[in-house]
Amino acid sequence: MLGGAVLALVVGYLFTGVPGSLAFALEIRSLTVAAMLVVSTAVGVSTVVFHTITQNRILTPSIMGFDAFYVLISTVIVFVSGSAAFLAFDELTLWFVQVVVMVAFSVLLFTWLFGGKRRSIHLMLLVGIVLGTFFRSFTEWMQRMLDPLDFRVLSDAMFASLTRPDETLLVLSAVLVALGCAAVVPLRRTLDVLTLGEPTAVGLGVDHRRVVMALFAAVSVMIAASTALVGPILFFGLIVANLAYSYAGSFRHAWTLPTAVLLGMVCLLGGQLVLERAFGFGGTLSTVIDFAGGLFFLYLVLRKGAR
Amino acid sequence: MIALENVTKRYGGQTVVDDVSLTLGGEGVTALIGPNGAGKTTLFSLVGRLVKPDAGRVTVGGLDIATTPSGDLAKTLAVLRQDNHVAARLTVHDLVEFGRFPHSRGRLTVEDREHIEQAISYLDLGAHRDRFLDELSGGQRQRAFIAMVLAQDTKYVLLDEPLNNLDLRHMTEIMRLVRRMADELGKRVITVLHDINFAATWSGRIVAMRDGVVVADAPAREIMRPEVLKAVYDTTVDVREIDGRPVALYYG
Repeated sequence: MLGGAVLALVVGYLFTGVPGSLAFALEIRSLTVAAMLVVSTAVGVSTVVFHTITQNRILTPSIMGFDAFYVLISTVIVFVSGSAAFLAFDELTLWFVQVVVMVAFSVLLFTWLFGGKRRSIHLMLLVGIVLGTFFRSFTEWMQRMLDPLDFRVLSDAMFASLTRPDETLLVLSAVLVALGCAAVVPLRRTLDVLTLGEPTAVGLGVDHRRVVMALFAAVSVMIAASTALVGPILFFGLIVANLAYSYAGSFRHAWTLPTAVLLGMVCLLGGQLVLERAFGFGGTLSTVIDFAGGLFFLYLVLRKGAR
Repeated sequence: MIALENVTKRYGGQTVVDDVSLTLGGEGVTALIGPNGAGKTTLFSLVGRLVKPDAGRVTVGGLDIATTPSGDLAKTLAVLRQDNHVAARLTVHDLVEFGRFPHSRGRLTVEDREHIEQAISYLDLGAHRDRFLDELSGGQRQRAFIAMVLAQDTKYVLLDEPLNNLDLRHMTEIMRLVRRMADELGKRVITVLHDINFAATWSGRIVAMRDGVVVADAPAREIMRPEVLKAVYDTTVDVREIDGRPVALYYG
């Protein structure tokens, strides 16, 4: 049923409201749909995996400072070289730098805090939050010193945008996300066991440390790729993952993972449709998704509480 | 056998398990007793490979737990921890299914399903199999977890305070089950208990710990003596013989 909804939305998005040549519109719009698929896969899978590892369903990987770090990198570039240079920057180089720096940062954080003797997920999260806040403040400080024009360019770039992605970047991101999925999917049953908590999982023969390191690595790569492609959009993972838990009707990752991805597609496509057709591009996609998704999420929480 | 050789564990500057050498896992039920903070749970965590010893070696059935793959150990040793909080909504059946994970990695075979059915009926959970864990009473939930451990089909079973937060009836029920597992199924059960009367009634051998060392290790009857219990708990305990069984009185 969910798959049907996604298909209907895809068709609706591709074929309606075409002002000029249908072929031209299709070409551009299918790129957008592909970008959505990459992003919803990356965000949906990584958020669900992150929830399972941390045994907490109200966190998103953004708590580790991922988006903040992304914004920081871009701000530093604008701050150092100015907006003209930022815009002139080769997109491929920019994407590459951002992915490498983000993955390096998270791998460092994981190995430092989780590979050591006092491995503790909570400590790692705490350090992540502190670093995230630090990045944000640092970014704010730099942005305050920026030329208003530079600032405008920067803040425009910092809203997630899925329309008209660069083809090369799209393919590269898709490959990274596919690699991440290739690492996660064979571990889906182990992920089920991880929902029981570390002690029980270890008792059932899960090599907890190795598995969690592998999963964190996959999560970092996927998030880095999708964030570098479209911008910070992680909050939506929280909505999608929690919707998936109630919608999938099973705790098993064989169900929750694909459900989260499909729901992500529904959110993105629906949001984009509303944005384009109802508001005539008069906003950003993340605004639409956060607003509608947030409301729906609240409804879900309240309804559950009432029962 | 589960053998600990000169095992030491420190948390910060504090030595929680101090150079313990001990062999566990003989036939029947072995009870591990001792005051809070004696190192019982840490000892279980060491055997259950949740924490690494600072010194010494632990082997289970001849396998060194430091070098044997975790998945192989899970086929000979099952551990039930003290507090089992599960974030996701699982049914009893889902939980028991997890007991087969070491054998099938989640892909259930016919044999796995048989083990699951046996475990469920052994713990008399047939009527509750499709209920969610958060809808069960404390006693039923504890039975569900024991069923999972049973489905794991291991020779050695470690239970960390299985009687925690249970009422009289459920405590007796669980201990009777544990005893049956040992007698009928040949499980080597090692369990942490706080009520020494339960320990004396249901287990053959009692190991007493205090301040990270083993202070007494003997058949139940020999442990149930005022001077031994005084040394373990630092509390005056009167022991009376009732119907030929030693009963400890420590209520006032």
